[in-house]
Amino acid sequence: MRQKRSRSFYFMGLIFVAYVLFLYGPTLTILLLSFQGPTGGLTLPLQGLSLHWYHDLMLGHGLPNIRIALWNSARLGILVSVLTMVISVMAGLAFRRKFRGASLLLYAAIASLILPSIIVSLGIALEFSLANKLVMGGGDVLASRFGDGHGNFLANGIGMAGNWIEDHFQTLMGLFTSGLGAHLTWTLPFGLLIMFAVFNRFNPSYEEAARDLGATSWQTFRFVVLPLIAPAVIGVALLGFTLSWDEIARSSQAVGSANTLPLLLEGLTTTVTTPVIYALGTLTTLLSLAVIGLALTAFAMGQRRVRGAGKKA
Amino acid sequence: MGTAAHRSIWWLASPLAAVLLLFFAVPLVLIGVVSFWSYTGYSITPAFELRNYAGIFDGCRVGGAGPCVVLSTYLSTLFFCVVVWAITLVLGFCIAYFLVFEVRSSRMRIGLGILCTIPFWTSNVIRMISWIPLLGRNGMVNLALMQLHLINHPLEWLLYSRFAVAVAMVHINTVFMIVPLINSMARISPSLIEAARDAGASWWQTLRNIIIPLCRGGIAIGSIFVITVVMGDYITVGLMGGEQIASVGKTIQTQIDALQFPIAAASAVLLLAFVMLMILALIRIVDIREEL
Repeated sequence: MRQKRSRSFYFMGLIFVAYVLFLYGPTLTILLLSFQGPTGGLTLPLQGLSLHWYHDLMLGHGLPNIRIALWNSARLGILVSVLTMVISVMAGLAFRRKFRGASLLLYAAIASLILPSIIVSLGIALEFSLANKLVMGGGDVLASRFGDGHGNFLANGIGMAGNWIEDHFQTLMGLFTSGLGAHLTWTLPFGLLIMFAVFNRFNPSYEEAARDLGATSWQTFRFVVLPLIAPAVIGVALLGFTLSWDEIARSSQAVGSANTLPLLLEGLTTTVTTPVIYALGTLTTLLSLAVIGLALTAFAMGQRRVRGAGKKA
Repeated sequence: MGTAAHRSIWWLASPLAAVLLLFFAVPLVLIGVVSFWSYTGYSITPAFELRNYAGIFDGCRVGGAGPCVVLSTYLSTLFFCVVVWAITLVLGFCIAYFLVFEVRSSRMRIGLGILCTIPFWTSNVIRMISWIPLLGRNGMVNLALMQLHLINHPLEWLLYSRFAVAVAMVHINTVFMIVPLINSMARISPSLIEAARDAGASWWQTLRNIIIPLCRGGIAIGSIFVITVVMGDYITVGLMGGEQIASVGKTIQTQIDALQFPIAAASAVLLLAFVMLMILALIRIVDIREEL
């Protein structure tokens, strides 16, 4: 039997529907406009429907450096995703017990999540620029003290290293150093919080049973815990990928000269005047959505698996 | 617990600790240290001087010459903070309320909740670009208003304006209110609300005296997220404001681009202090009330 809906249901429901339209409307508009005809512009109306702008995108017309930006974002995203998964699972396991410094570590992770990105970005840029100075200064010292070629084998080697630094060293900053670090400060707190949620629902009696049967702690993890949490762990990796794939605020000052896709897109908004940017935006969003869809599926599977294991036990 | 077990836990926690130390804690300390250093055109040197801080407050002395740039920048950013905070709070509250109290099937609730959070995991830059066909000079909003004869000329302030920045910020940040509020509301026992209704409380009284007070934690957490994001924002203000609007984050970005690290660091310390004060105030409000 259904109760009659209250007036608040319709009022709040209306706000909800309006919000969802507000949330998805713009994205759906660029999805539509990415199929704009060859003569069409950045706004409606549509001048016919075509794949013209996707074709342009594939050829890289009007989008210089798109390939390298895509490649950079993809490989950084994959590395961030793997590291986020491994580090979050390890930390999640650690936080199941008490250890000294646990609350400090937790506060640091939360602070890393909420402090303004510009500050994190600046700090990393600063750190690496100081490290560069240190390396260059060190190179100069080594070259001047050992670089005269009159010392023993070791001294000459050090001198050559110094000379090499003087001649070739440019910067420690880069996609896989400072950029990677900047992304991890953003993805790890999410990974950790998800692992908290996973382990909160985890029944420790499976592990106790394994231990009682003589399993080592590695065996317990590998054959009991990991199979149960595996889907959620994959979910963490996928979310880590999409967070990195779309990250801009922390990378922008911290990746050095490399370009990532979001940075490229930001730059393009002022220079590109054709719907090719919508085609790129649509494809990027579709990739994110696919990854999120997979992650949600993984989380749902994980819940079923834990619940199923509970029933059997 | 034995030392061996303790050591293995440390080993498990160490990668996280190392990343946070290397890419979060040390950078923060360096910002603090370098904010006292001196710099000339292209190099920075260790020092202990307050010149960078003095530089920020240049022109702010009472009766002094010149505009107090830092004050107007903070006011400009605070304006966005207040507007976006108020809108996301009300909007987020209504949406969370609808999902928790009005949607009856839990499967539906989870589905609609996910619907609200999915865009968070997509690109903010693309979500901002998506406003161009709607708010642009020849965008849908202007076309619709002209068709309806409400205006004769396209409105110029829809895009690349304070309005556009606020719209994009609400668009991107409402999720930060929705999630903690859902979390708070889901913990309110339905029997409590039923009891209030049975005792004759109206819908509004139940909302004011039961639901809102029990959502304090969620409100505080959501507010912390929205306020810190907006206070430090430079991407949204830049993109949606057409690079014309001042914000604290944008100032720091400009200083970094000019390689003026010490002055950027001093600006960052000021922003950090400001944000921390706001967070402390929010946490305190929650705690004090919980004690009452």
